[in-house]
Formats: sequence, C-alpha cells, structure tokens
Amino acid sequence: MNGSRAAGLTLAWRFAAFRSEGFPLLPTLILLTLALVAIFANVITPYNPEIGSLGDRFHPPVWQAGGSAEHLLGTDHLGRDVLSRLIFGARVSMVVGFTAVIVAGLLGTGLGIVSGYLGGWVDQLIMRITDTWLALPALTFAIFLAAIVGPSEMNIVIILAAVYWTRYARVIRGEVLSLKERDFVRLAIVAGCSKRTIMRRHILPNVLNSAIVLATLMLGVVIVTEASLSFLGVGVPPPKPAWGLMLADGKKGLMAGYWWLTVLPGCCIVLMVLAANLLGDWLRVKLDPQLRQL
Amino acid sequence: MSLLLDVRGLSTHYVSARGTRVTRAVDQVSFALEEGETLGIVGESGSGKTTLALSLLRLLPPAARIVAGEVRFEGDDLLRKPAAEMRRIRGKRIAMILQDPMASLNPLFTIGDQVAEPIRIHEGAGRRGAWVRARELLRAVRISAPELRVREYPHQMSGGMRQRIVGAIAISCEPRLLIADEPTTSLDVTIQAQYLNLLRDLQRAHHLAMIFITHNLGIVAKMCDRVAVMYAGRMVEGGPIRKIFNAPAHPYTKALLESIPRLGDGRARLTAIDGQPPDPANPPAGCAFHPRCPRVMDHCRQEAPPELVVGESQTARCWLAADRR
Amino acid sequence: MRRFILRRLGFAVVSLFLLSVTIFFFVRVTGDPAVLLVEPGASQADLDAIRQQFGLDQPLPVQYGSFIAHLARGDFGQSFYYRTDVLELYLSRLPASLLLATVAMVFSLVIGLPTGIVAAVRVNGWWDSAGKIFALLGLSMPSFWVGLLMILFFSVYLGWLPSSGSGTLLHVLMPAFALGWYFAAAHMRLTRSSMLEVLGSEYVKLARLKGLPEALVIGKHAFKNALIPVLTLAGINLVLMVNVAVVVETVFAWPGVGRLLYEGIAFRDFPVVQATVLLGGAMIVTVNLIVDVLYAVIDPRIRYER
Repeated sequence: MNGSRAAGLTLAWRFAAFRSEGFPLLPTLILLTLALVAIFANVITPYNPEIGSLGDRFHPPVWQAGGSAEHLLGTDHLGRDVLSRLIFGARVSMVVGFTAVIVAGLLGTGLGIVSGYLGGWVDQLIMRITDTWLALPALTFAIFLAAIVGPSEMNIVIILAAVYWTRYARVIRGEVLSLKERDFVRLAIVAGCSKRTIMRRHILPNVLNSAIVLATLMLGVVIVTEASLSFLGVGVPPPKPAWGLMLADGKKGLMAGYWWLTVLPGCCIVLMVLAANLLGDWLRVKLDPQLRQL
Repeated sequence: MSLLLDVRGLSTHYVSARGTRVTRAVDQVSFALEEGETLGIVGESGSGKTTLALSLLRLLPPAARIVAGEVRFEGDDLLRKPAAEMRRIRGKRIAMILQDPMASLNPLFTIGDQVAEPIRIHEGAGRRGAWVRARELLRAVRISAPELRVREYPHQMSGGMRQRIVGAIAISCEPRLLIADEPTTSLDVTIQAQYLNLLRDLQRAHHLAMIFITHNLGIVAKMCDRVAVMYAGRMVEGGPIRKIFNAPAHPYTKALLESIPRLGDGRARLTAIDGQPPDPANPPAGCAFHPRCPRVMDHCRQEAPPELVVGESQTARCWLAADRR
Repeated sequence: MRRFILRRLGFAVVSLFLLSVTIFFFVRVTGDPAVLLVEPGASQADLDAIRQQFGLDQPLPVQYGSFIAHLARGDFGQSFYYRTDVLELYLSRLPASLLLATVAMVFSLVIGLPTGIVAAVRVNGWWDSAGKIFALLGLSMPSFWVGLLMILFFSVYLGWLPSSGSGTLLHVLMPAFALGWYFAAAHMRLTRSSMLEVLGSEYVKLARLKGLPEALVIGKHAFKNALIPVLTLAGINLVLMVNVAVVVETVFAWPGVGRLLYEGIAFRDFPVVQATVLLGGAMIVTVNLIVDVLYAVIDPRIRYER
C-alpha cells in the first residue's frame, strides 16, 4: 500500500478502485440527478420560483385534498410553486456547496502543503491560526462573519471557505510531514529541485487523494451550514429559493399544519447531504485508508 | 506419566468477509502432550502457530472457524464443550501467555486487581483473600516488594516485570497446561534468559505441561522435551528434541537448523532459506514447501505428503521420509 | 503532572490571544468597523463619535491594545437593542443554554453509548448495520429540521408537547432531542470505533484467556478503556452544544445564548454578536484545557508523568 502511494496512484489502480464492489451507485445517481436538475433548472421548472400569486397561498400537494395538478408539490405563504423553488434551490445548494468546498480546498491544501513542507515559523503561524479557528464553533464563526459582510451568495461562499479551509490544512499538513521523509522527496532534494517544484510536482499529487476525500465529506457539512445560515436570515438573501430559506418560510405555516413546506425542503437537504456523505465514506476507504479515523 | 492433551486432525480456517477466500491457517494438525512435558512449536511467522494455540482455547477471531478435528484435554473433547464450561477451563485448567507483555495488561487497573481476578472468578475467593494470593504469586515470579507493587499500574513496570506479572496471572489458578506464545520476543536478551529460567522453575514446581511457541530454535533446545515444526499451517515434522536436532527428516527442519549461527564454527556458512513463505490463502499445489525445497521431486509438486512415521515417535510430512523408510 | 498542566495552560493562553486577534482582525479589515459599532440608522456625527471613542483613527496595534483592555475588564460593550451590558446579558442567558445542553447530552449518551457498544460487539452483524444507518442519518439530518419535524408531529398533530418557549420540563424535551440527535450519532460512531479498537487489544484477549465471563470482559476491561475518548469528546461537545444551538434555539424560541446570537443578527446588534463569538470561543478553549487536565486525572499513565 505504501509503495503505491509513494509513487502516486497509477491510473489503472484508480480505475480498478472505482470498478470494485461496493461502489455507491445510488448516492452517485442522486448527486448527478441533483446536478442535472440544477443545471437545467430554468428549463424544467413550471413556474418562476420567485413570483407567486397571493390568491394561491398554501395549496397542498396534488395528492392531498385541495391540491391540484397545477402545483404538484403545493405552494408557500406567498403562493409560489414549491416544486419550482425546490428545483432552483438545488441550483443554489450545488453552486454554493461546490464552490465553497473547492475554494476552501484550494486554500487549505495550499497552506497545508506550505506549512508542512517549509516548517519553521511559517508552519507555526499557519498551525496556530488553524488550531484557533478550529476551536471556534463553525456555525457561530460563520454567523459572525456573515454579520460583518452581509448576506449574498458570493459572501456565503467566502464565509464558508474562510471557516472550513482549516480542516483541510490540518490533515494535509500531517500528510506532508510524513511525505517529506520519503525517499522520493529526498531524492528530489538531492537532485536539486527547488522547494516550489518539489511541493508542486512531488508533494501535491500525493496529497490530492486526501483532498478529494475531504472535499466530498465536507460537501455535506457545507450544505448544512449554508442551510442553517439561510434559515437564520444571514445566508442566501430572499427571495432567492434556497432550501434553508424555504424552511424558514415554512415555519410560518408549521403550526397550521402545512407540512409540505417543512418536510420537502428538509428532505432535499438530507438527500444531498446523505449522498455526499455516502460517496465520501466510500472514497475515503478506497482512496485513502489512512483517513479512516477522520 | 499420563496423556494430558491429544489433538487430532485439527483444522482451522479463516474465511473472508464475503466467504470467497478461505485460508487454511491450521491444517490437519495432530499431536499429543504428556503431563509435565514441554512441547515446542516452531515455524516462521504466518505458519499458523498462534492460530493453533488459540484454537485449543477456542478464542479465535470472528473470521476463523475450527472446521475439523478434536482437542482431547484430560479426556474430554474441548471442541464439544458448551461455551460456559469452556470459559471455566480457560485460566483455570489451561492458561496462556501472550506475545506482547507490554500490551497484555489493562492500563486502567492495578496489578493486584489483574492478578487477583482469575482467583476471584474461578475459585470464588473474596477480594481480600485473592489479593493475599496475588502478593504471593508476585513473589513467586520474583517481583520485589509485591505488597507495594499490587497497588501500582502496568505503566509503572518495566517490560520484564510486566511479563513476569503476566506469568503470575497464568499460574494463578494452578493450571495443568500453560501455552506460551513467543513470550520473550519483545524482551532484552538478558531478561529473556531470566524469564525462561523462571518459566522452567514454575513448570517444575507445579508439574505443568507446556506448549512453547517460538521461532527461536535455541530456546526450543533449552526448554523443550519435544518439538513440532509448522509450515504453512501444517505440522511438517514432530518428535523428541534430540532426534529432530540430530536427524531432521524434513528439508525444512534441516534448513531451519542450518540457519542457526553457531559459535566456534567460523567456516560454516550461515544459510538462509531461499524464497518466501507461501501466501497462506493461496498455497502451492502438492507439498507447500516444494518451491523452496532443495530436494524437490516431481511427486512433491502433485501430491501433499501424508504424515509418515520416521522413527520412534518421530513423524514427518515429506516424501523423502517415505523413501527412507 | 504539574508540568503537563502548565504546558496545556500555555497553549490555552496562546489560543485565547489568537482568538481575540482573529475577531479584532475581521472587524477592522472587512470594511468600516464604525458602521458595525453604531446603531443602525445612526448619523454621521454618531459615526465620528464612535471613531473617536474606539480610537479607530489610531494605528492597529494601539487599537488592539485598547480592545484587549476592554475585554480584560469584562467590558464587551453595550447592547443596542437591550440597552444593557453585553456580558450581563450573555450570563443571564447562559443557564438556559446549559440546561438545554445538559439534557441534550444525556439524550446523546443514552442513545449513543449502548448503540455504539452493541454495534462493536456484534460487528458486521444486523445491529452494526442498523447502527451505521442511524449514524449516517444523524450526521446528515440538520438538527433544526429534526426540530421542525418534531414540532409538526408532537405539537401540531399530537398536541403533546409545547412547540416553543421555556419554563417546564416538557419545553426542554424537543429542543434537547433535536440538539442531541446529531451528537448521539457522533458519540455512537466514536464508541463503536473505540470499542472495536479496545476489543482487539491484547489485554482484552488476556481477560478472555483468564476465563472471565463475556459480560465482565466487555463491561469492565473493554468499556472502561473505550470510554476515555468518548468522555473526552462528550466534554468538548457539551460546550459545543451551547455554541451550536443557535438554530435549534431559534426554532423553539429557547432563551439561551444561541437565541441571543440570533437576536444579535436580527436586530443588527453587533456588540452582542461579537461577544457571543468571543465568549463561545473562549469557552471551548477553556473546556479543552479542562478535558486535558481531567484526562491526566483519569489516566494513570499521564497522572504519574513527571
């Protein structure tokens, strides 16, 4: 195992890993479907998700008494079509989730490599910051940042990346510390490669697996955080159809028993997070057995 | 002397999670042990020595299954005993010392508690009585100031002391059979010798039978009456120690003996055995040793040799032995 | 042991320092702090007054010095909305948060420990699979959604439990369960993996070799060892619960510090937000320190380290 990791995983090996038993087909399908739904949101939605008619408020889903085929999953407190909002909500979650995970991943992996490889005061500085930021509860920290910069989709991505890059940095640095002692890195040093080259050509490819696993596992966390922020009103600003925002709106009809406004957006969140977690768990075992403890 | 342990045709297999791969960790092993006798089991790591020992006690990991054979101990087949009865035999009639003394003691309980535990369980002794016995046992394994040591924790002891404490636990209920699984591999050489002496003294004092698992033939020569050599789950040769050391019948045994460096024999080359031990999940056809055997014949590649009697109470699984007879 | 504690104390102080720098840094560099520190809708004159008062025209190190000096005196500023001292406000909300967190912790341990043990003892069996599904659901269902579902079921349909507010024991049940749910899954996972590790250890093997009954092997030798990491996590999680309850407290209108944070955002009451984050971070740093020290007390290996 160590030998193949040291050399960087060959393509053939990766392919074999993906073909082997236990591949989480269902979660992958769910994520793909959600991605397609998000991409083609404006083609497949029956209604404009942000505009409703007050005459059509709180229609139940089609199968319930009082529901109609016009609004398959009912309408909300402003008479907006729930199905359309859920579909556009997938776009928001996908865009925010993936961008945040990637930005945090780039930042965290980069700083983790630099910290682990250079060592010394650079390492001390980055790691002390990482430790302190990890000590802050992620949600509280995100709310604090959101309160400073104000709500917008762009800001949410920046906030989530600022809060979560530390998770990557910590893990990646640990990996780099052990990679540093390996023969192929020492060989590169002896061969006179610059630090930059070693970090880019020899270290980065070997931590990529861990970064991908972390990113997949992070996706679920990020989506829940985004939903929480939106629910609290410091995330995606209304009237954009984010699932967390829909839950906040749904609370207005909760005591009246308008269950679909609470149950359906939540199901979407759970579906996406569950799929990401299952895929991440599988990737973790397949690509990086060392991360099993995570 | 009377027969204490009689193992016949014991086979233990490991089955992979999906049941697709079967590893024959112990394959048709038979041997017998008299009271007070010491049997050495030697072999490379992965040859099935430890699995054999754990099979006798029926304490195998979940993936392992005993698929055939019988283990007659004091006349009864242990493999047929109900679990509760088997539990009363462990620690009481048969004790075992594990490979790693540093890890064998629970870090959160005092030495006294851990030594007294089997006495309380098996003999129903009260706490006070069991602790008195624990102190005596510690003294018996030559731990100084046992009245202080009982209140201390394992991490406060040296490796040698911990291993002696494990020995004290093993003999605490005066078992008839003691299985020692490489009990000295993690100790310094000087402490090894002390510990071996201690074990031999305990054995004499209590008239214990002992199964001594090791890969060190020097220790076997020092400790054992008889020796059994294991290779790839099979017992390839067994017999009284003098016979095996003077006239080994199996090429593997011969190779093992030649790999011991000898003092004052400057010219003799230290020979290592060529090749790797076989993958236990996928052993070669015929005799498992044939790819490494210097005297391999066509027959060896096709059919595994049965257990053949070589001389008085000496057996070997080798086609050469058939010719010699 | 004393050296061990002193070293941990040093780490904690460094962490607190960096925490204050972080908060300070974010407030100063992301726009005009004066805008955050005045009430919404304040005049230009008010802005200038605030700049004067907090010395915002001074160089950053000087500003940081006065920021720390205020914090050290327990002066976290005045709440715009409640017109009272923020620290007092925070402390008045803390008991409700602690009550909620404690009950949530009880839920999470009562659910997490037994399921984790059973999953480990019956590894790869039916119970283990059920446990895995439970853990996965627990980690994937946002706690506030669990809370909303519970309101829908227990308050709206069944009418058994009050949907919001506080005061009686009944009020605390639903928010505590919603909050504890996620942690139950986390505790179950850790109990299982920790139990598995211990069950594979040599000393558990020796306990079996001694002929101990299985109940004693698991209950005494394995469980006590497996409990150490779980209790560590639980200790940290208790404080985490106080600080991540924002959404659950908002859903149930539970008057804890989480709800205070929400009010801070909703009313644009920045001093409240800042104080909640600072105090939350400080609490977590402190509990990490306490857990480390307790570790030393429980575990004889550290206790005797000199």
